[in-house]
Amino acid sequence: MAKVLVLFAHPRPDRSEVNLPLFETAQNVQGVTAVDLYARYPDFSIDVDSEQAQLIAHDVVVFQHPLYWYSAPSIMKEWQDLVLEHGFAYGLHGKALHGKTFMNAITAGAMSEAYSTEGMNHADLRSLLAPFEKTADLCGMRYLAPFVMYGAGRAQEDNRLDIHRNGYDDLLKALVADRLDLDKATHASVLTDVLDDFILKGEVV
Amino acid sequence: MGLLGDAFVYLCAAVIAVPIANRLGLGSVLGYLIAGVVIGPILGIVGKETADVQHFAEFGVVMMLFLVGLELRPAMLWKMRQQLIGLGGLQVVGTTAVFTGIGYLFGLSWQSAVALGMILALSSTAIVLQTLNEKGWMKTQGGQSSFSVLLTQDIAVIPMLAVLPLLAAGNGVGHGEAHGSDSHGDAAAHGGEALASLPGWAQALIILAVIAAIIIAGRHLLRPVFRFIAEARLREIFTATALLLVIGIALLMDFVGLSPALGTFLAGVVLSDSDYRHELEADIEPFKGLLLGLFFLTVGAGIDFGLLFGAPLTIFGLAVGLLSVKFALLFALGTIFKLKGADRWLFALGLAQAGEFAFVLFGFAAGSGVLETGILQTMTLVVAISMVLTPALFIFYEKVVAPRAVATSDREPDKIDSRGRVVVAGMGRFGQIVSRMLLTSGYDVVILDHDPQTIDNLSRIGIRTFYGDATRPDLLHGAGLEDADLFIAAVDDRDKQTLMVEHVAKTYPKVKILARARDRHHVYELENAGAHYAEREVFEGALALGRRAFTELGRHPFRARTKAQEFRHHDLAMLDDLRANYNDGGVDTSYIDAMRAHSDTLFEIMRVDRGDERHERTERGWNPPPKGDATL
Repeated sequence: MAKVLVLFAHPRPDRSEVNLPLFETAQNVQGVTAVDLYARYPDFSIDVDSEQAQLIAHDVVVFQHPLYWYSAPSIMKEWQDLVLEHGFAYGLHGKALHGKTFMNAITAGAMSEAYSTEGMNHADLRSLLAPFEKTADLCGMRYLAPFVMYGAGRAQEDNRLDIHRNGYDDLLKALVADRLDLDKATHASVLTDVLDDFILKGEVV
Repeated sequence: MGLLGDAFVYLCAAVIAVPIANRLGLGSVLGYLIAGVVIGPILGIVGKETADVQHFAEFGVVMMLFLVGLELRPAMLWKMRQQLIGLGGLQVVGTTAVFTGIGYLFGLSWQSAVALGMILALSSTAIVLQTLNEKGWMKTQGGQSSFSVLLTQDIAVIPMLAVLPLLAAGNGVGHGEAHGSDSHGDAAAHGGEALASLPGWAQALIILAVIAAIIIAGRHLLRPVFRFIAEARLREIFTATALLLVIGIALLMDFVGLSPALGTFLAGVVLSDSDYRHELEADIEPFKGLLLGLFFLTVGAGIDFGLLFGAPLTIFGLAVGLLSVKFALLFALGTIFKLKGADRWLFALGLAQAGEFAFVLFGFAAGSGVLETGILQTMTLVVAISMVLTPALFIFYEKVVAPRAVATSDREPDKIDSRGRVVVAGMGRFGQIVSRMLLTSGYDVVILDHDPQTIDNLSRIGIRTFYGDATRPDLLHGAGLEDADLFIAAVDDRDKQTLMVEHVAKTYPKVKILARARDRHHVYELENAGAHYAEREVFEGALALGRRAFTELGRHPFRARTKAQEFRHHDLAMLDDLRANYNDGGVDTSYIDAMRAHSDTLFEIMRVDRGDERHERTERGWNPPPKGDATL
């Protein structure tokens, strides 16, 4: 059993159509600690010690957020800048996060076609998230492919929300139960609603 | 002339001459001297009776030493010990030695020469400090070094007062009958009468006991007494207590045969650490100022002009010689202590004159007979002339030395103390928070409050607060506002607060003023009074509570914050917009109209996120793009 930490960042949850329901899903999964960063630190005065202790107490860290300017809402940058200290997360004696797992759970406005070398962004989503991946690397964490919902602005109208919520539920439960095929997820480009190929069946060794 | 007539003449002379002298940069001491010269030798309004008046006015010296003592916090002295002992000590001892030698060569007895040497070693604290502060040179290294030397000199006066009678004992009277004679002059003349019948060891014992009593009583007895008096909230009784203290100690010292000045100085030092320091200073200061002024008036009235006109070259020659010798010694000291360029010049030029203490000590020397009357007359003139020339030396520094120092700017910049000094008036609920923020960050903060209970509570948790009504100009002065960078006005009483800000803005134009305001109108009043920034005392607190109310009503904490920020932003904009309107005609119909318009806007802004689609376009901040945008 792995302990999963979902750090959620959305500055306008009152206007959120996908992320907030996803966060509610996370809150209801056994073994998941779900934290709303904007609610915990509305003034951005992040408590570094307690955040570090919380990281140590978990095996998997998920950044759940809408994609803002190919990155996360600002509080997540603030959180990284303050919590991932030298001597804790990186550096000669900074090994507190070694061996843990990290991933992004993202909602993007554009459709999937935009995230390809031929598309509007001229790159796929995973390569655009390189700063997160490099951060995980430097902290000695395994970086998994991002779990993503494209075209989130129209998800409600297209009735895609429930499917995605179920996918997120599956993902988190598999992470808790150590049933996610981490090697496969590490090498994938993205993770979407259909996770059958990534979830291990039978007994976990 | 009766008493009132005398008082009228003296006050008249002072009131006319002192402000003029001050304006000319001569300082108040010279102003009093000149006034004395005018009513004495020139107009002949006052004559022989000045001697009696002078005797009375000498009490101003006793008060001055009490104030000097009050200024000398042991902790500060300890911090400055190297400067004081090294630079200051060498200046006093070295100059005394050189002038003693010169005096001896001129044919004085060695006792007289030593007395004269000591007296001439001193410089004019009054003129120099005033000039340094006025010109803003206080924080340069030259200014700081000058301050250290002046402080050492102030302290050195105490041993000098003790030594002068001893010198007299060995001088003039003849060696045979010197010991035990009663010719010690004022300081010790009556002294010992009460104790004369006792053996020497008993006298010494009693003297030691008295000094110990002053120290112990000052530490443990006076504080509760002052507290008790302060709680009565009768300002004049506090003043009466302060005077009683000084006079009482002077009498006691007289009784045991010690110098009253020494006793009050000691009491001052003991009380310098107490919470009531600034209030005591403020209370004694005017008495000291007037009595000293009177003293200098009498010195001026007693100047023998016949002497000056009889031998003008000798007198001026001596004055220039005095300035040159002191300058040379100071310049050498400045070199030894690594003062550079302009700083060394400021230090040496500034302290080259002899000072007002010389007149005081001449008075003592005359009483004890250590210096002949002829020498005293001459030297009084010489000292006065050296003081008259001082402003010219400062002008020379400002116009000739300082510009060159800037031109060759390869040297290090002056070390300026950038930590900042802050005076906080009012230590209530508001002032406490501000002061604690500054104090815990290591700023030099002087705190004033008029509630003895508050002061006690704060000193219990280690915050030093000084007792006094911060709206009193003299107390603000005593708190050192002239060299403060920042003044924080946090007095509870609305009108007092405004008056205080107005006074500070006018009197200390260089000090930045931050003020606590009651409400929006008070903000405008304070700004008009000269405050650089005014903060409504309950505004931020109420915003925080309103924000909390949003979260308790189910709003997301970050949304509650954003809404509070919007409200704040709007309210500050309204504060800005209504200013001109308020200053124009107060709360009139146009003011009320403008306010109503603002309320409507505020209503629009705050209503926006109640799920009302119509407002979607006016709302900003982390909104999703509209659904139909095909580019996404």
